[in-house]
Amino acid sequence: MAVEAPPTPAATVAPPRRRRIPPAVLLIAPSVIFMALLLGWPVIQGVLQAFRNDQGFTFEFVNRMVQDPYFWPAVRNTLLLIVVMIPLQFTLAIAMALMLRSNPRLHKVHFFVWAIPLALSDLAAGLVWLAIFNDRGYLNSVLSWFGLQGTSWLAYDNQTSMFICVLIAELWRATSLVLIIVVAGLQGIPKDYDEAAQVFGATFGQRLRHVTLPLLKPSLQVALILRTILAFQTFAVAQALTGQNFPLVVGETYRWYTGLQNPNVAAALALVILVVSMLTSIFYLRALRDKNQGGLR
Amino acid sequence: MSAPFLASCAGFDTSGAAAGQGTVGFLSTQFTPVEEKQRYEAVLKKFAKVPTAYNSVDPGVFASTVTSQASAGNVKTSLLGGLHGELAPLADSLEDVDGLLRDLSGRGFTKEMLELTKVGGSTSRYVPWMQATYVVAVNKKALEWLPPGVDVNDLTYEGYLAWAKAAKQGAGRPVFGMPAGPKGLHHRFYQGFLLPSFTGGQITTFRNQDAAAGWDYMQELWSAMAPASTNYDYMQEPLARGEVLVAWDHVARLVHAPADKPDDWLMVPAPRGPKGRGYMLIIAGMALPKNGKDRDLAEKAIRALTEPASQIETLRSNAFFPVVQTELPSDLTGAIALEAAAVRRQQRSAGALLALPPVGLGAKEGEVSQIFKNCFQQICLETRPIQQVLDTQATQLNTILKGLNVPCWAPDPVSTKCEVA
Repeated sequence: MAVEAPPTPAATVAPPRRRRIPPAVLLIAPSVIFMALLLGWPVIQGVLQAFRNDQGFTFEFVNRMVQDPYFWPAVRNTLLLIVVMIPLQFTLAIAMALMLRSNPRLHKVHFFVWAIPLALSDLAAGLVWLAIFNDRGYLNSVLSWFGLQGTSWLAYDNQTSMFICVLIAELWRATSLVLIIVVAGLQGIPKDYDEAAQVFGATFGQRLRHVTLPLLKPSLQVALILRTILAFQTFAVAQALTGQNFPLVVGETYRWYTGLQNPNVAAALALVILVVSMLTSIFYLRALRDKNQGGLR
Repeated sequence: MSAPFLASCAGFDTSGAAAGQGTVGFLSTQFTPVEEKQRYEAVLKKFAKVPTAYNSVDPGVFASTVTSQASAGNVKTSLLGGLHGELAPLADSLEDVDGLLRDLSGRGFTKEMLELTKVGGSTSRYVPWMQATYVVAVNKKALEWLPPGVDVNDLTYEGYLAWAKAAKQGAGRPVFGMPAGPKGLHHRFYQGFLLPSFTGGQITTFRNQDAAAGWDYMQELWSAMAPASTNYDYMQEPLARGEVLVAWDHVARLVHAPADKPDDWLMVPAPRGPKGRGYMLIIAGMALPKNGKDRDLAEKAIRALTEPASQIETLRSNAFFPVVQTELPSDLTGAIALEAAAVRRQQRSAGALLALPPVGLGAKEGEVSQIFKNCFQQICLETRPIQQVLDTQATQLNTILKGLNVPCWAPDPVSTKCEVA
């Protein structure tokens, strides 16, 4: 039986080698496409919306935003809330985490109770606190039970008490997020360091300052960035508690978008939040850079 | 088997096309909550005399449906219902109804209302359908502090202020309130009541001396108001709780306050000022789309729905008031009877000065109303210099209005291009 020779190639010249896409590009391609479509495109759209009208490029919407009587109070309130809330929240969260590390009785129960606010939606939390701070809410009821005259905590002319109410509600709602990150960070630190310091006679304060906190830095950095960005977005709690009496930037964005039906000014406001959030992240990344290791970038 | 299946795939019909032959397709912006819609469908079934398919949609959908069907030359609806401000911008797509209104002249539409139906032109574009307005609800406990010489049924702005101050002093706390919460309608108070009463206008007179006097009055009135007003959206709630004893609001937002004990309550017309008793009328009309389907049937439905019996049934079921001259029955439920009397007295009182919610602004309505809220915020809450606030806000208002290029609405002269003088 004759065996047929394999067919010879028709052309003697080999076809030009197709340039192959490097596997690395193929691997990151889906995420690049995903980022471009789901994150990049809306951002570009948002920027365009803030700076373009039918005629072309314009500062009209930015002007409208800046001239709105609620804009500067909203910026002021948002910054004030962040400046007061973040240090308080971190002090609380670190204290709670250290308490948990010392393994008190029922420490797991403690942890779960402290983590409950995480499971609650912002608006629900706001409504819970509204039931407390309302004119006829639980706080005033309790006060009157003790024979004390309550006040309107959330009245428009009571800016301080309104601020404190929003602050308390936000502290209650969002400290658990920091707590969880700090607890995770603490668990990553070997006990040996602390024990070594103890052997050398370091006090609790010294150990906290020179051993625990520096080792916690990466976790704190993450928590700080996350919490600050989320604090810029504080909205539902304040909205439920104070309506428009205590304007915040995101609340204003929402008002312009839904109430006033002007998506362009809303986009300008959203852009403010985006820019400020990015600047804060860069600031934290630089300020908390670990000098020995070249730092996270 | 396949027909209902396919029909269900077609989705929710908003054009009235489902009405079918011999049925009036009634497209409307009113009664969108499903209970209200069902109650109105019952009214239609009983009184419309022709089979009617009622579709209620959002104002935006309404406007785009009407204009797109008109420009496509394929009109699927036969009857349109909407507020004056929603129908006015569509005037070019609406049939003249002068003949129909002549036939219905015995119904007793007021002269102001008939003037409105012309939407600034020479012929009428819709037939009045129903109306609502804003009145003042009074808990009789507050009458104790009514200053001598002030008639509760014919309040003046000075009398109202004197009463609020006396009540504040007498009760030891402010007991007058206003719906100045985030969803409250307090801007309608400035647009339709306070400013027309002080200036005779709404937009053109926005920053003149009379307007400054009006806001000066408002500043003083606010000092006698419950400070929690900035949290009130619907006045019926603080009224029912007894937190507030006297309040101005939309009739639909007051109706539940006297529900339990109507005998403890009064409903009275809004106060009058130097230029008359400014009051805002929310008027809804029925219109015929140009080249609409089943014209005869639609006209028949309009005739039926402007009959006193169907008007009264609408009042009973959905608390919208009749636009025709009719005796109201004596068996109306407490709150509606109170409101009906107040509405009538307000409208027919001497010096009544009709004001409308902004017309033809479309999506910009919210921004224009916000200007009035900003004035309140800055003048009453932040006590800034009045004229300065009015000047800045007037600039903003003109920026918005310039882009729209619409004629003014009552009480401003209708013919001019609307802007602050």
